[in-house]
Parts: sequence; structure tokens; C-alpha cells
Amino acid sequence: MFNYYLQLGLHSLKRNPALTALMVMAIAFGVSASMVTYSVFRAVSGDPIPEKSSQLFVPLIDSWGPQQNDHGEPPGALNYVDAMALMRAHQSSRMTLIYSLMLSALPHDANSVPSQATGYAVTGDFFPMFDVPFLYGSAWSNADDDSRAADVVISDSFNQRMFGGANSVGREITLSGHDYRVVGITGHWNPSPRFYAVWGESGFGDPPDFFLLLNRALDLKIDNTGRNSCRGHLTFRSWDEWLQSNCIWLMPWVELNTSADVARYRQFIEGYAADQQRAGRYGWAPNVRLDDVPQWLEKQHVIPEESRISLVVALCFLVICLVNTIGLLLAKFMRRAGEIGVRRALGATRHEIYSQYLVEAGSVGLAGGIVGLLLTAAGMSGVGLLFEPEIARLAHLDISLVALTVAVAVVATVVAAVYPAWRAAQVQPAWQLKSN
Amino acid sequence: MHIQPILAALRKHKAGTLLIALQIALTLAIVCNALFIIHQRLAHIAEPTGVDESNVFVIENMWGEQYNKQQAAANVEQDLATLRNLPAVQDATQSDSYPLSTVGGSDNFITLKVDQVEPTTDATVYSGDEHFLHTLGLKLIAGRDFRADEVKDAGQRDVVVPPVTIISKAMADKLYPNGDALGKSFYSMSSTPVTIVGIVETMQRSRLGAWAIPYAEQSMVWPIRDASPLGVFYIVRAKPGQLAAAMQEAPKALYAANRMRIINPKDGLMSFAQVRRRAYDSDRGMAILMGIICVVLLAITGAGIVGLTSFWVGQRRRQIGVRRALGATHRDILHYFLTENLLISVGGIGVGIVLTFGLNLWLVTRFELGIMPLTYVLSGVVLLIVLGQGAVFAPALRASRVPPVEATRPA
Repeated sequence: MFNYYLQLGLHSLKRNPALTALMVMAIAFGVSASMVTYSVFRAVSGDPIPEKSSQLFVPLIDSWGPQQNDHGEPPGALNYVDAMALMRAHQSSRMTLIYSLMLSALPHDANSVPSQATGYAVTGDFFPMFDVPFLYGSAWSNADDDSRAADVVISDSFNQRMFGGANSVGREITLSGHDYRVVGITGHWNPSPRFYAVWGESGFGDPPDFFLLLNRALDLKIDNTGRNSCRGHLTFRSWDEWLQSNCIWLMPWVELNTSADVARYRQFIEGYAADQQRAGRYGWAPNVRLDDVPQWLEKQHVIPEESRISLVVALCFLVICLVNTIGLLLAKFMRRAGEIGVRRALGATRHEIYSQYLVEAGSVGLAGGIVGLLLTAAGMSGVGLLFEPEIARLAHLDISLVALTVAVAVVATVVAAVYPAWRAAQVQPAWQLKSN
Repeated sequence: MHIQPILAALRKHKAGTLLIALQIALTLAIVCNALFIIHQRLAHIAEPTGVDESNVFVIENMWGEQYNKQQAAANVEQDLATLRNLPAVQDATQSDSYPLSTVGGSDNFITLKVDQVEPTTDATVYSGDEHFLHTLGLKLIAGRDFRADEVKDAGQRDVVVPPVTIISKAMADKLYPNGDALGKSFYSMSSTPVTIVGIVETMQRSRLGAWAIPYAEQSMVWPIRDASPLGVFYIVRAKPGQLAAAMQEAPKALYAANRMRIINPKDGLMSFAQVRRRAYDSDRGMAILMGIICVVLLAITGAGIVGLTSFWVGQRRRQIGVRRALGATHRDILHYFLTENLLISVGGIGVGIVLTFGLNLWLVTRFELGIMPLTYVLSGVVLLIVLGQGAVFAPALRASRVPPVEATRPA
């Protein structure tokens, strides 16, 4: 029966090629606009670390107070003094502090020039906390953190650049004039968005080249190239004075595995903030936050505004295309009232008429989906024109998007056809036969 | 033209009528908001920077070694001398950022009193020397430029608050709306005042996010040499028409003078045109996307009206024949369909105006978009009425050519 309905449908579609083409194109444009914008939205809105995103938290303490903080929210990072106090307290199973670095990688010979390398200063806990995969070697230990060792972990692509991809564990590397020992080489690892460093960064930039031991970087006064935000009068004239200032720049992350741990840690930072108030360092009541990865990404507006607006507008566009399709299908089906009357008179049930027209609509949807797929593919190649390069490159046309494109087209068209098909099935055979 | 019979006929086609009206309503809502977004983005892109954009380029120079303050300052001065000596170069300066840079530099809260809690404004701070204004081509409209002896070195995390500053006119107007800013002073996150010695006509900010909209064009130059251990931006103004030559010779000359530096091959050397493109990437993309959606949407809505009206014309051939036989002219029939479409359009537009403002309000609360001025809705209404009348014209013309003899044929 399905095949027969399909033949009938195709036959009828061929009878009004202009109307059919119009419906197919409307669905194709609506679906492809939605899919192109969705592919970008999907790329920027995913969970970057699904297996642990509810166990990783950003602890924040209001060090600016109600007059200077952001509408009651504590600032989005910690100052040096608070960050170090939390590190020393060891109240979470794992903890890291992060700040951004940009260093020069020394040339191999006297004729070449230095090249730029970007990375982060982190503690040894960073690697197991965020499940960083290692190609060679491993992370440094907590003991190395305490002994302020000159250790560095480098990425596979930086290892390729500096050591030709060999196992370079134990080799020396010179960054901005200081020597470090390579202890590990990470496998390819670049969560998107780069949740652990989205404060002041887009979260979609090039992956880091290296991770430097935090205490060593601080000893060497290697400056933070990431965001730094201060309040009040700026009076510091040197690195050491800056460390004691109210400037926030260190990104804290803790790992808390159970809800009891979370509650205990929240209590701990509240207690810490209360201690600071008692000590006279802060003149206001404790105001702390403990956000997990999804909450943190939401708060930092990681999904670009453009991506959301364009998805909303594209979906509205799809709805209009469907309204258009309902109108055209209605016209098309009702034009065949006579034919329906004959079929009903010859014994076809309402249900059969209904199915027949839904199958016809489904074939329109399928055609729309296929054309929409071509338009989506074309749109994907032009996505670089519509979004910033570092976001545009994340959008891909993969199998799931292909399937989704066709599925959305077919389902949407069949849904659009429900009312026209119902009207068709309501045709009174006697009246039609008589008027003919 | 009597409206009564048209309304009576439409009552027989409730579903089709409602669908066209709904489509017009939704189209109006989307097109108005999309046009408004396009206009906002384009207006943003068109904001002037005050820079001599066709002749200026920027070098992001990172040091290969970690220099102290004295070493870095000496290197910067040496590099600037090298750059200024190049044949295609007019002038060169150094800074920690530049208009539209989107990176580097800082934004400071500005207050008029030393202990003021709520800042008066927020301004980009450019560190610059006595060549800054001339190199960027900024137009000084009051006061004077910096003197060489006013320029102080700032090292790592070294806050040097200068006694004097040159600010943009927008900032001067914000601080002193009476136009008497020159010679007055303000506080910039410090306990010592900064005196305004010069005002430039236009000087764009370095960062332009949505948060910076209330602080548009608020920026100032401090007489400071950036001697931080990381590196510095060199801003270079080529002689007219020699931008390409200057961009080619500048990095070569710098490397020849001292190779322990990094000028990133990817974005270390950028003409101001490239800077502008990078700064407005997402704005341009939004404008293009909204433009495409508008055009396709109007085309689809127009085509939908053509399709549905054609169907109605086909359905009513007999009735048209009867009317023609009873004396209606071609023109009467044509007017009938045009008026019918106008009635549906007006109904759709009525709903559409509500939807337009609803969507706009939602966008305002979610995305910090502005409130849409009424002119957008008015132009959207005109656009859709013209579209509807244009779309209905061909089928209506066909209807008007239905011969009276159709009345005698069975439907």
C-alpha cells in the first residue's frame, strides 16, 4: 500500500512542478538555515568533559565587596593571597590554579628566530583532574609542586615542533630564557569549550603548547598574559606588590567527588571568607560561589550571543517555511477533492486517504531534506563568513547532522501535512460526485 | 470596491486565509528584527576609529628573552629608531594596545573625585609616546601633544600614573559636558589626579564587547613607554601609498637589528584593514546571515502567496465567469484579488506588529539588543504590503482574463 501511495504522490507532484518545487525549496531553505546555525551552536554548547563535569568546581570568594563586585556576584577568579590560602588548606581531593602564559621557544640554531608558544601555569593535580591523556611520560607529582621543580608538560603538536615527535621525556627545553625538563607529552587534548580557562578567553582558541609548574612560574615572575582585573586605587609598582593587590587573575578548580564533599567544601570557603572578615581583610559578610562545569560555562556566557540569536532566527525561519508548506499542501490536496470523492466512493476509508496524503507529504519532505542537505553543505563552507574563524572551524557536517537534516525535513513536512491531510480525508464523496 | 463580498468569500477559505495571514505576521516579525540587527551591526562597523587606516599597520613584537625594565625600554627605543629610519615609513610609536586591537592594554574606571565609589565612565588606556598621535593620525582638536620628557617607562606590573593625559573628545564631553575639559583633571584608579593636556577628535576603544557600549569612544593616552618583559605593539604609519613596502621592510629590519624577538607569522603583522576585519568579524557575519534570511524569507513568503492565490483563482473560475457575465470588468476582478490580499495582509500585519515587538523585547532581555524604533516596523509593513500586492498581481491578472463564458461551464 505504501508503494502505491508513493506512486500516487509522485504522480500528483509531477502534475504541478512549480508548486512542488516551491514546497521543496521552502523546506530545503528552512532546514538548511536551521542546520547550519545548529551545527555551530552544537559545537559551542557541548559538555567539554561529560564524565566529570559535575565533580569539577570553581570556588570563588568575593574579595571586592558589595560596592565593587559585579552586581553582587563575586569576581570570576581569585587574587593571589586567597588562591594560595585555598591551596595550602588542602580541603579538596584535588586542586589546581591556572593562569595563561605566552613564552618564546628558543631557536635550534644561530640562524633561526624564536617562535611563540602559549600555555598555562598549573599544578600537578591539573592532569588527573581533567583526565589529560599522556603519550609519553606523566604529570609531575605533588612533591614536585612543593619542591618548585623546573618541570614542563608539552603537547604532542609542540613536541612535534620542538623534538620532531620523538619521546622527549627527560629532555631540556628553553622557554623565554629559562630551562625546563620535559616530564610528559600529552596526547591530543583540547576540550571545546576550553572550560578550565574561559574567564577572559573565548574558550575556542588554539590548543595550548605547554603546561608549566605553577610554583616555578611564580618564582620566575613569568607574567600572566590572560585577564587581570583590579578594583580601587592601583598602587603596585612591582611583581611582588601586584601579588598582594586585590587584582584577580588565578583561576581555581577543585575536584569534589560526592555531594557531602561539595557541602563540606562550601562550608570551608564560607568559613575562610568569615575568617577574612574577622581578621579585618574584608569588610563584608562571606559571599562565595561553588559552580560546577555547566554552571560555570553558563555564567561565563561561553556560547557566543551570535550563535544563539542566529539559531533562534533560523528556527523562526523554519517555522515560517512550514506555515508556507501547510498553505500550499492545503491548496494542493483540496484541488483534488473530486479525485478524493471518487476514491472514497470506491471504498477507500478516511484512514486510507489520510495515509495517502501523509505519504505524499513525506516524499516532499524527503526531497526537501535532500536539497536541504546540499544547501547545508554549501552553507557549511560559507560558515567562515558568518562566524569568527575560531568558532566557524568547529562546525562540521558529520553523519549525525546529515541524518538530522533529512529527519527534520521529513518529520516537519509530515507534521505540516497533518491538517491538510485531515481536511482531505473529510471530503464528502457524495457531494463531490454530485457537483462533478 | 465593496469589502463585504470579499469577507464573505474569505470566510469560506478560513484555513488558507489564516495561513497566509500567519505567514505574513511571522515574516514581519522576523524581517523587522533581522533588519534591526543588521542596522545595529552595520552602524557598529561604521563607527570611526580616528586612525589613518589606509596607511597604518601594527607589529605585535614579543621578546625572545625575559628583559628587565631598563633592557626592555632600551630595546623599544632602538626598534623605534630602526622603524622610523625606513624609507617607506612616516613615523612609528609603541603601545600596549591600539584602537580595535581587542587584545592587550587595559580599561580603567574613571572618577572625578578621589573617593568616588560609582565610576563616571570607563576608558581604554593606551600607553604612548610623543609620536603616538602623529603615527596613528589622530586629530588633536585642543591642547597639545606630549613632550618627549614626559614619557616614563613602565615595567612589569608597574602602575605609573602620569601627571598628564590626552583624551578623546567623547571622554572629555562625558567628564566635562560644558566643553571646558582642557586643563581639568580626573582620577583613574589612583589617588593622584591626571590633568587633561590634549583632546583628540576621535579615538576608538581597543575592546568593543556589548559591555562597552555605554562607554563608546571613551579612551585616553598616557605618556608611558611599555617596558614590560613580555613585549610591545609597534604601530607604524607608512608614507602615503607605501603601506605594502613598509609592511615588507619593517619586520626584516627589526629582525636584522635583533633577532631575539617573535613576530608571529600568523597575526604578528597586520595592516589596519586586517585589524578592522578581525575586530568586526562577528558583526559582519551576523549582518550577512540576517540579510540572507531576510531575502530568502521574503522570497518564500511571496512565492507562497502566489501559490495559494493561484489555487484560489483556479477554484473560482466559474464564479469569476459569472461575475464577468453579469458585467464586471477586467479591472473589477483584478481589484477584487488585490483587495482580498490587502485585507489578509492588514490582518496579518496587525498580529505581526505584536509579534515583532514581542520578539524584540525577548531579544532585548536575552541579548542586550536595543529597543526597536517604530520606523523599522513601518518600513516592514510597507515592504510586506508591496510584497503581497506584487505577489498577488500575476494570479489576479490571470483571474481578470477569465472569459465570461466560464459561467456556462460546469465547475
